[in-house]
Amino acid sequence: MTMNERHSARHDAIGAVPLRERVMAFIRERWELVALVVLAVAPLVVPALGGALGGQVTTLFIYCILALGLNVMVGYTGLVHLGIAAFFGIGAYLFAILTVPMYPFQMRFVTAAAVSVLATAAIGLALGAPTLRLRGDYLAIVTLGFGEVVKVTLRNLEQITGGMKGLNPVPPPGAGVVIGGIDLGLAFAIDPRWFYYLALAALAAVVVAMRRLEQSRLGRAWVAVREDELAASAMGISAIRVKLSAFAMSSAVAGLAGCLYAASLSTTADPNAYDFNRSIMVLCAVILGGLGSIPGTLLGVALLVGFDTVLAPWADSAIQQWNINPSGSSLLSFSGWRLAIFGLALVLVMRYRPEGLIPSRRMAAELHEEHS
Amino acid sequence: MQFFLQQCLIGITNGALVALVALGYTMVYGIIRLINFAHGDLIMLGACLALSLVSGFGLAGGGMVTTWFGVVLLVLLCGLFCGGLNVAVDRIVYRPLRNAPKLAPLVSAIGVSFIFMNVGLFWLGPADRSFPELLPPANLFAGEGLQFTAKDLLVLVVVVPLMICLSLLVKSTRLGKAMRAVSQDPIAAALVGIDVDRVIAFTFFVGGFLGGAASVIYGLYINTISFQMGFQNGLYAFTAAVLGGIGSIPGAVVGGLVIGLVRALSSAYVGERWTGAIVFAILIVILVFRPEGLLGRGTKEKV
Repeated sequence: MTMNERHSARHDAIGAVPLRERVMAFIRERWELVALVVLAVAPLVVPALGGALGGQVTTLFIYCILALGLNVMVGYTGLVHLGIAAFFGIGAYLFAILTVPMYPFQMRFVTAAAVSVLATAAIGLALGAPTLRLRGDYLAIVTLGFGEVVKVTLRNLEQITGGMKGLNPVPPPGAGVVIGGIDLGLAFAIDPRWFYYLALAALAAVVVAMRRLEQSRLGRAWVAVREDELAASAMGISAIRVKLSAFAMSSAVAGLAGCLYAASLSTTADPNAYDFNRSIMVLCAVILGGLGSIPGTLLGVALLVGFDTVLAPWADSAIQQWNINPSGSSLLSFSGWRLAIFGLALVLVMRYRPEGLIPSRRMAAELHEEHS
Repeated sequence: MQFFLQQCLIGITNGALVALVALGYTMVYGIIRLINFAHGDLIMLGACLALSLVSGFGLAGGGMVTTWFGVVLLVLLCGLFCGGLNVAVDRIVYRPLRNAPKLAPLVSAIGVSFIFMNVGLFWLGPADRSFPELLPPANLFAGEGLQFTAKDLLVLVVVVPLMICLSLLVKSTRLGKAMRAVSQDPIAAALVGIDVDRVIAFTFFVGGFLGGAASVIYGLYINTISFQMGFQNGLYAFTAAVLGGIGSIPGAVVGGLVIGLVRALSSAYVGERWTGAIVFAILIVILVFRPEGLLGRGTKEKV
């Protein structure tokens, strides 16, 4: 804002500002709004977004929410969390338990989502309360271990979680609600655009909430604890409480993503959807995009999901088309290199650009500071 | 009772194997405070090499003497391979990050583990591969009722001498003294003329060598390897290292044995599918109530 004002003030003194520059400045300053409008209009212009593509973009939005949740812990507060998928899964399963026909609850979408988000946050608190006094790298292992415990439990408690089949059918949001002659449940079930807009609205709400949090007292306390826990405590910040709130916030947002995920798939899918791999992929997205940076996190998710759903299939079919790989060797298939490419990306980013692709200014300064 | 003793025996042999891997974690952590996520996958690559060597040289058909000689040779070769690889990774990936914030090497280690896994995927293919049974399955305790085969003997024959060598190395040699000095305070160590980078590289080599030895024994003892084996086994071993007190060498051994026993007993009495959850639940409980581990010393966060 201030930068914008300064810019325009200078330009006013010199003369008229070229339109292109003004547009670019507006996009830089208000990228969230621009992106939101573009994404909101897109399904009306691109009919493909009403089909399978709409479903994929919805999933992308949900992963964005999940990554923003993880960013609270890893980005703002500097705590390594290797089990975010567990909270994603807890959110999804709680939501399913509260809505599927086989349980007596069968709550409405909003009630069920609210209850499961709160419950996920409570579970986060329960795990965080005893473990947050641990040193950073121990916390990484506790979250990792918790992720494994949750996955194994979901898989083995067949009577409650449906084992490998998962819980289904999760009813669509607004099932049985009729507004203005439109049966909302039916609309959600038939047209993927409804989910597209629901997920987009949720993502927009989370982005706005994160923006506000970043600048709030609590958000600044998170960053203070990350930069120097001792100094922060000396300033009267209770490090434990600040970390605990970050843990709870992360868990709650991940739980929200889980609710949307289960609702959009109308099943919880099998427990392997919530394993270590998922946690690591989300962590990679946050790190590649930029720790503590909202646009960075969103870009990171888009890149990683885009790699799997767009680039890899395209490259594979290209290799097939140009007949580079007549013997069908896995060495010459692009998707066979997926893990190595991700791994190399992580190593290179950490070496040459640890602040990520779109860094938060503060994080960049912190990471380039000379440590003794 | 018989059944219980048998499970304990299985647990101890398994635990010795876990301990060997845990040593690799604990030594690297002790010296540069890095959780080396790639260690499990390094061992997977060692197992790949072992499998290639065994099938390449047709070791499966030999007699008793050839087999045992071959096994020792395998342990040495895979140990050198994993040790060398570990040193190379340290040189290329971790050393430039020595002064970076803690997150950087940790994330790089996760990246290296992905790269290793991809190499393993190309080496082994996506499916599980069976490792040839080199050792006769006959029971060595004739008539006793307890099962103790040549495979179990192999684990102890390889693991125990390696651990004795390691403790001698750390306790009684100049290099071991340098390692302990660097782990206490790298700057002070450098001030008194210790080449810190070389000591760290050597630590990576020793950790990798033990991992390579573990990979051969894993192949011969468990008989199935896959490109994904590194993750789970690495986690168990890391749990063992933390349980014993990370950074402490005897701690890793004790932790490994405890984890081995817990795994064997929980598989026998609770059910195999809960084993993972039980092991990690124990890890969480230990970290909460005794974060310094069973044998570790408490450390205070320094300014």
